[in-house]
Amino acid sequence: MTVNLVVVSHSEKIADGAVELAAQMAPDVLILPAGGTDDGRIGTSLGRIMAALEQAGDANSDGIVVLTDLGSAVMTAESAVEFLADPSSVLLADAPLVEGLVAAAVAAQAGADPHGVKEAAEAVYRPPAAVQHAHAHRPPEATGDFELINLAGMHARPAAKIAGGLSGMDAEVTVNGADGASMTELMMLGAVKGTVLHVEASGPEATKAVDYLRGLITAGFGEP
Amino acid sequence: MLPSTPLRSAGASDVGLDVNWALRWLTLSAEAMAEHREELIELDRPIGDSDHGENMDRGFKAVMVKIAEAPPETAGAALKLTAMTLMSKVGGAAGPLYGTAFLRAATALGEAADIDAATLASAFQAARDGIVARGKAESGDKTMVDAWTPAVDAAATAAGDSDVHKVLVAAAEAAEAGAVSTDPMLARKGRASYLGERSIGHRDPGAVSTALILRAAVGAAE
Repeated sequence: MTVNLVVVSHSEKIADGAVELAAQMAPDVLILPAGGTDDGRIGTSLGRIMAALEQAGDANSDGIVVLTDLGSAVMTAESAVEFLADPSSVLLADAPLVEGLVAAAVAAQAGADPHGVKEAAEAVYRPPAAVQHAHAHRPPEATGDFELINLAGMHARPAAKIAGGLSGMDAEVTVNGADGASMTELMMLGAVKGTVLHVEASGPEATKAVDYLRGLITAGFGEP
Repeated sequence: MLPSTPLRSAGASDVGLDVNWALRWLTLSAEAMAEHREELIELDRPIGDSDHGENMDRGFKAVMVKIAEAPPETAGAALKLTAMTLMSKVGGAAGPLYGTAFLRAATALGEAADIDAATLASAFQAARDGIVARGKAESGDKTMVDAWTPAVDAAATAAGDSDVHKVLVAAAEAAEAGAVSTDPMLARKGRASYLGERSIGHRDPGAVSTALILRAAVGAAE
């Protein structure tokens, strides 16, 4: 599964910078910037967005997910999609640009399908309280307790790996009560080295999800 | 410059609008955007990013260049070319909004060489519906919809007389009143909505540019 990403921003620098940041965590994902106007001013360009969408579509792709910034970027992106030969190949994620892009890129890197990638981006948006409430009365089908062994604890990269990987699985997962699909919530746990993370999962791939987290956490996310 | 081909006298009930009207409309719109550039910038300054006048002027100047390069043969083709150019060149929210408006209007006109009152009114409605679909704004949100919707309603009523000139005048007058009506509104869409209460007392620049463009459509038929 290969999902390509397009970043639409009013600013060329923001689009390029967001791509640079996300690429650090998802080196194998094609992420294309479409920022600024044709003549490099602040704004969005139908031409630039269509060129990026066409390039992303030409590359070996199972779908494209678009991240946008302020309102008119959304409108220009929607217009561009309307002009495409196959509009259904493109999904627009309603998510904060930077956080959403990082979550989407990590999910795409982990092999999530287009809807999974979009979902990963949008999950960073949800207010934590509402999510916790939704999970409160669902009995877990698989659980596990794993100690954080990496020095930096639950910072951005581990949170992105957890959220990204889980977005490709059919399971509802909480980590110490936080939504496992939400990079933001995981980071807000503020869990430091030595913290024991209690994982609860439900759904068809609950066991797979707990195994995935066991692998990541007990290996220290590949970090010192 | 206005195309030199004289228009058939507009105003008689059986006379429609043709490609020359469309080209004159776009030319007069471009002139209006250039003339009101500073005014639109000033309107946009307190409640937006003060780029509306500049963006619209640049967009319509680009439309003029495109028309000169390959003159369209139907009104529909002229509006479609305008749509693509505005979406590519405007940069701000006005690009996809006006682009979608002109695109939907072009689709409503189709290949028609002679646009009657009912077709004209339906083209205005298609334009407004496109803007609403794209921008998700409703009446009263302090946007260009507050100029477009009264214009569409007035055009539909005027179309009953089968006189395209009356439809154009009704739309322009209603859009102008609609633009004024945005003064006391609280902005709920776009950059202005970040200002909340402070957006009250300012006229919406998009509603003003809408009124200018619909007024240009009247001038093009005279």
